[in-house]
Amino acid sequence: MVKEQGVKSIDLTMAFFRAGMLGFGGGPAVIPIMQRDVVERYSWMTDEEYGDTIALSNTMPGPIATKLAGYIGYRVAGLRGCLIALAASIIPTVVLMILLLGILQNYKDVPWVANMSNAVVPVVAVMLGVLTWNFIQQSEKALGWSKAILLLVVSVILLEVLGIHPAFLIAALILLVLVPFIKRTVRRT
Amino acid sequence: MIYWQIFLAFFIPGIVGYGGGPASIPLVEKEVVDRYGWMNTQEFSEVLALGNSLPGPIATKMAGYVGYAEGGVLGAAVGLFGAVAPSLILMIALMAILFKYKDSREVKNISKVVKPVIAVLIGVMTLDFILTSEASLGGIQTAILMVASYLMLEKWKLHPALVIGLALLYGAVTGIFIA
Repeated sequence: MVKEQGVKSIDLTMAFFRAGMLGFGGGPAVIPIMQRDVVERYSWMTDEEYGDTIALSNTMPGPIATKLAGYIGYRVAGLRGCLIALAASIIPTVVLMILLLGILQNYKDVPWVANMSNAVVPVVAVMLGVLTWNFIQQSEKALGWSKAILLLVVSVILLEVLGIHPAFLIAALILLVLVPFIKRTVRRT
Repeated sequence: MIYWQIFLAFFIPGIVGYGGGPASIPLVEKEVVDRYGWMNTQEFSEVLALGNSLPGPIATKMAGYVGYAEGGVLGAAVGLFGAVAPSLILMIALMAILFKYKDSREVKNISKVVKPVIAVLIGVMTLDFILTSEASLGGIQTAILMVASYLMLEKWKLHPALVIGLALLYGAVTGIFIA
């Protein structure tokens, strides 16, 4: 699986540093930016391989950008590539985050600074509201309205009324989808 | 002990958060705010606001920052490891198998059945944030700020960093005015 292509560490660093620093709006925004480097500039993958990688990474949980960076790094340069790609895409923005929030914390007791953080809450609420609507639309596209609404209602009851941890619900749903598939595959072989 | 908690707080969202980084936001909030009480909703929203204004994946920005706030540099490393490693190892390990079945309906369906659950989680979190804002700014200011930022973000397509910047400026100016 791993093809050591003699990929230079500096190329890996730059490619994934760019992906991390230019991808505004979270992981999914990173996909086209990475494509430019991975496929077009450095030809580490063909367009088709890159497309397959994205499709398959969507069947796995967890943040997309880091799965892509780690996996592509691993594919082209083994463990070294994996670690370099991850570090280059993650660390710069985490450091920025710690520095900026640290500054904000220091002036927290100044009343007008405290008011700044109050004013940000409704904006974040709108962003989350839009994200909620995105996920509802994606549910509808994937499952159709009737199934989507049924699952929405069931989720509200289980999560909010009965207070079940979402991890259990998600794991149960995945098992429900996978068990018939695994049974069928095992029987065939 | 704290490192184990930091690991768990980001491992669980990383391993069940289907739909990329944004899907893990409410799951992280559940651990960080509800279970461990490291932050309140207001503080968590600051982290999210700044996270949305900076480039790069949101899940790792949260893991790195919260890990650092609770356990220093080692805490940040543990948080990042928890957020990134499990799903990445899973992906590298299962890639060959997945590739074989990439056209299978079930494999494609995995992430689909989870979408409504994520929608509910983020929806509930949205309500939380509206209530938090109502408590600190009052209903009228909350409504005005929400309508204004909705128009800026969705109708005029302004950059999220710019909208957050404007909200900060508004907060600073009204804050000085009140004082």
